[in-house]
Amino acid sequence: MSTSRPPSQSQAPESVGVVTPQLVELFSAEHPLKLEGGETLGPITVQYETYGRLNAQRDNAILACHALSGDAHAAGVHHAGDPAPGWWETMIGPGKAFDTNRYFVICSNILGGCKGTTGSLSTNPRTGKPYGTTFPLVTIHDMVEVQKALIDHLGIPKLLTVTGGSMGGMQALEWAVSFPDRVASVIPIATTHRLSAQSIAFNEVGRQAIFADPHWNCGNYYDGPGPDSGLALARMIGHITYLSEKSMHLKFGRNLRNRDHYAFNFETEFQVESYLHHQGKKFIQRFDANTYLYITKAMDYYDLAGAFPSLRASLKRATAKFMLIAFSSDWLFPPHDLKEIANALRTNGSDVTYMVMQSDYGHDAFLLETEGLTKAIAAFLRCQRPGVRGKEGHPHESR
Amino acid sequence: MNPVDPAPETAALSRNDYAAIVKLVKPGSKVLDLGCGGGQLLQLLREDKGVLGYGVDLSPDLILDCIGKGLSVFQGNLDEGLRDFEDQSFDYVILNQTLPVVHRPTFVMEEMLRVGRCGIVSFANFAYWRIRLRLLLNGRMPVDEILPNEWYDTPNIHHLTVRDFHVFCRHFGITILDAHYFRRLESGRVHQHMLHPNWFAGFALFVITRNA
Repeated sequence: MSTSRPPSQSQAPESVGVVTPQLVELFSAEHPLKLEGGETLGPITVQYETYGRLNAQRDNAILACHALSGDAHAAGVHHAGDPAPGWWETMIGPGKAFDTNRYFVICSNILGGCKGTTGSLSTNPRTGKPYGTTFPLVTIHDMVEVQKALIDHLGIPKLLTVTGGSMGGMQALEWAVSFPDRVASVIPIATTHRLSAQSIAFNEVGRQAIFADPHWNCGNYYDGPGPDSGLALARMIGHITYLSEKSMHLKFGRNLRNRDHYAFNFETEFQVESYLHHQGKKFIQRFDANTYLYITKAMDYYDLAGAFPSLRASLKRATAKFMLIAFSSDWLFPPHDLKEIANALRTNGSDVTYMVMQSDYGHDAFLLETEGLTKAIAAFLRCQRPGVRGKEGHPHESR
Repeated sequence: MNPVDPAPETAALSRNDYAAIVKLVKPGSKVLDLGCGGGQLLQLLREDKGVLGYGVDLSPDLILDCIGKGLSVFQGNLDEGLRDFEDQSFDYVILNQTLPVVHRPTFVMEEMLRVGRCGIVSFANFAYWRIRLRLLLNGRMPVDEILPNEWYDTPNIHHLTVRDFHVFCRHFGITILDAHYFRRLESGRVHQHMLHPNWFAGFALFVITRNA
């Protein structure tokens, strides 16, 4: 859910190197996307990046789906010396879990995002102004519909794998049931088939923090200062939920910043306070408040069982091979949620593997437990045997 | 979790327990392997019998081995039971060399026969004559090809004998449908009938079911 950048490894030799984001226009005013909420949207601009080469058989493509605050920039850097590599730099690259010597990896900014894909920050063609809160509510399924249109555009008949952590995992699950003939396997990580009341509660407190900021102005803040303090507060709340009690204590303890004794005032004293403030400040520089509202709402709405009588019945649509990975200390998307999905799939007779990785990192483990994830994912992908790497690969390459 | 699993994959079918199980499992059946280890047996069952197979194991490293073989596997602790598994949802539930390892053998056996129509249980026979002799003559816990570990680092915490198993089944209302005996794991024949198996079988394998 968070995208705290991994320790800087951008200059590591195994990076995909400099990548260029790409834009494509999908759907149109005449042939719009029909959203789950009933409205229509078109055209839709999608920002995406790709790493590695599509082979001649076009069967080595992997879609990586980002979490709440992520973007299309999953690996590599945007220019030489760029200090911020992609959000899954540790996992995508030559010789890594998603080995770009073997696989063609795609990552796109979600529908409703604020990083190049059409969302509330985009200009409404009818008004010439940003959509703001007039943008329709989008769902995880809508995001997946747009990704599927992108995969069509890239000429990929069937994805080898769809993967992602947190909300990215929801998209992977949604792919498996919505487009079973277009995906051979899925690797949902640290995710759930539906948020618990507790998780919805945290999202709502984040939204209320934005609503309560006078600069939010019902979403019309594009001409003036934005609701920075509200968005920063939302992010701070989020960050607490991404860490575990133990990891927070190990990282900060009760340590004070710049002093040995209490000051007996309300300055920022504890290191954990300053960490949260820093996270909030960093976030407002790169994220849009309205977008935060839309995406958290999409997560709250997500329910894989949905209109079906049971989770099992809903998952009957899936034909992909599943590998579900949970983390022991993740209390935001606890292991038993993924286990419930695994049990439903097994009862259906589906091909499913479920594992819980021991980790103290909490929900953020999906971005940090590189070694464990790499072993599992590399082994899982190896036995899927896509066609040998095409020497005359498809020209979708971004190096 | 599998205590006697030296097994490089190539050696797999030469193992008597694997060969016996592969032989008796009906093609296309639904199989659950409890304590599946690195998945050698499940892989054989998939390849030779086209079973729909699932494994359960506790060890993350062994789970990774299973993933590398393309198997369906669940990370879990057998001593916590099979509460996520529906009654009679598998044709066979297998406890291959795993029974002496679990903390709650009675509970695990009950769960096994709740979830499976048949159970397949195999274990090293502690009453095998060589083991008896070693204990008698040396006065120390036997360490040999059947029980390869020293007492202090064996995963087996409940040693049992062929006769113990019969008594256990009678006591808990379990019917033994079929039995297989072999002297060693890696060599020799599998016997369906053996005179005095409690003396002469190094390993025993039983197919069991709940009394109707």
